[in-house]
Amino acid sequence: MSTTESSVGIVSAQQALFDVPLDLACGKTLTSYQLTFETYGELNAARSNAILICHALSGHHHAAGRYQPDDKSPGWWDSMIGPGKPIDTRRFFVVALNNLGGCHGSTGPSSINPETGRPWGSAFPVVTVPDWVTAQARLADRLGIDRWAAVIGGSLGGMQALQWSINYPERVANAIVVAAAPKLSAQNIAFNDVARQAILTDPDFHGGDFYQNGAIPRRGLRLARMLGHITYLSDDGMGEKFGRMLRSGEYKFGYDVEFEIESYLRYQGDKFSDYFDANTYLLMTKALDYFDPAKDHGGDLVAALKQATANFLVASFTSDWRFSPLRSRELVQALIAADKRVAYGEIESTHGHDAFLMTDQPYVDLMRAYLDRVAKEVAA
Amino acid sequence: MSQHSDTTLRPDLQLIADWIPPRSRVLDLGCGDGALLAHLQCHKQVTGYGVEIDVGNIARCVAAGVNAVQGDLEAGLADFRDASFDHVILSQTIQAMQHTEEILLEMLRVGREAIVTFPNFGYWENRWQILQGHMPVSETIPYQWYDTPNIHWCMLGDFEALCAKNGIGVLERVVMNEGRRIRVLPNLRGSLAFYRVARRG
Repeated sequence: MSTTESSVGIVSAQQALFDVPLDLACGKTLTSYQLTFETYGELNAARSNAILICHALSGHHHAAGRYQPDDKSPGWWDSMIGPGKPIDTRRFFVVALNNLGGCHGSTGPSSINPETGRPWGSAFPVVTVPDWVTAQARLADRLGIDRWAAVIGGSLGGMQALQWSINYPERVANAIVVAAAPKLSAQNIAFNDVARQAILTDPDFHGGDFYQNGAIPRRGLRLARMLGHITYLSDDGMGEKFGRMLRSGEYKFGYDVEFEIESYLRYQGDKFSDYFDANTYLLMTKALDYFDPAKDHGGDLVAALKQATANFLVASFTSDWRFSPLRSRELVQALIAADKRVAYGEIESTHGHDAFLMTDQPYVDLMRAYLDRVAKEVAA
Repeated sequence: MSQHSDTTLRPDLQLIADWIPPRSRVLDLGCGDGALLAHLQCHKQVTGYGVEIDVGNIARCVAAGVNAVQGDLEAGLADFRDASFDHVILSQTIQAMQHTEEILLEMLRVGREAIVTFPNFGYWENRWQILQGHMPVSETIPYQWYDTPNIHWCMLGDFEALCAKNGIGVLERVVMNEGRRIRVLPNLRGSLAFYRVARRG
């Protein structure tokens, strides 16, 4: 198979500037901001076939296709989005964006604060999932999309899909929530805080204003990513891939890289610290920690979901211990108690939390079956 | 697009469908590919959910427009609240369950009425095969003894005794054989039993 077959092909990012102030949950206001996004496929005449893709912690707007023919890897969800794939770009108009606070073109801590002419750094306000959803709704307005055929996301992206269904019930026909949870557990918040501490205590962090010091808290980011990576994989999956394999075949009795898993994690950590912004990592993990749509309803998730009118698909993965199937089941129970239309699949996978990015056949089949249904709903 | 139409609904599922009043809230346990629920949604404006252990079947249900939730019935029905359904259906599955009594009680916790169907072990062909020295293999019991999922066989009287023990009343009973209703000597001539039950009082 050629690389362009079933691919959306060569894509480019677009920018949308917003001058209407955005009031954030933290009490601060962004007077203007920019969102970077990509689109794949064509919006139909009825404007009814649009799908929003929400990204996870370290994601962005580049979800499918390539920028250059020789790009080493395509967008982060290229396995799911494209002609003939479950999110079929021959049928759907797909929008993927970089959230506010991101570091891939949308306004975030590394952007220039127009009031000071310097990077926002520590002055960039904390953003939450509901803030993102509001910003995304404005982008939808800009694109002329009144109602999404589906809002889809995995992990933190799934939380955005869920929030959409609650905040804008009339604007979401279907919400697909994959490998997510209705709120984080204490253990999850704990992992996030260890990651944050790695960044916050890096001497190159400079209280978040490292940009003007010409420094990057690379060590902190690297540790944060290594820790995160461990929690996104499963013990079995890691065991299958790396086991106790040694790079040189024997113990060296030192602290350099000896085991293949060490090599892999350090490589991933280094790569990440080259392109990701430390402040964005802090913001995204905080958005995860704060996510709790039930909070505005006295902690009652069923009450929060009552106002949703979307059809739901919830999916989880057996080896995902970061957002275990039990967490998805909590959401499904609440959706059932709120009398919502919901389908739930628990996918057998060894890929851990990262399985939502993989192509386990039952997962692809389930997504395809659901999205076929969505396509039929919106067919003119 | 749907493969589930009147003509293809199995006779045993059709009988269950006939018992469900329009606009009921239905929970179909072990719903398979969702054929029954799809039919009920289409013809009787029924709402509800299916429960199914096989993820491939969840995808088939999704394709058929049926709300299906993956779950293992042996673990009970914790996803569902008390008295949240009109009818809870368990079709040809109770004989394969480890927790037979528990599932019956769970069905009547979440539902006002339960519909239970099972192969009748008392069917004469089964008895005849036993007399010949073999465990029965038939249309409704298509497994050899060494690879059968069925572990709790019963006849009409056994199921009724289990209901009585748990304060459950039989509202309606139908016995069929090869798609035809059997009225005379049902425990001998019927291969498939259908019960509509509810809590007494």
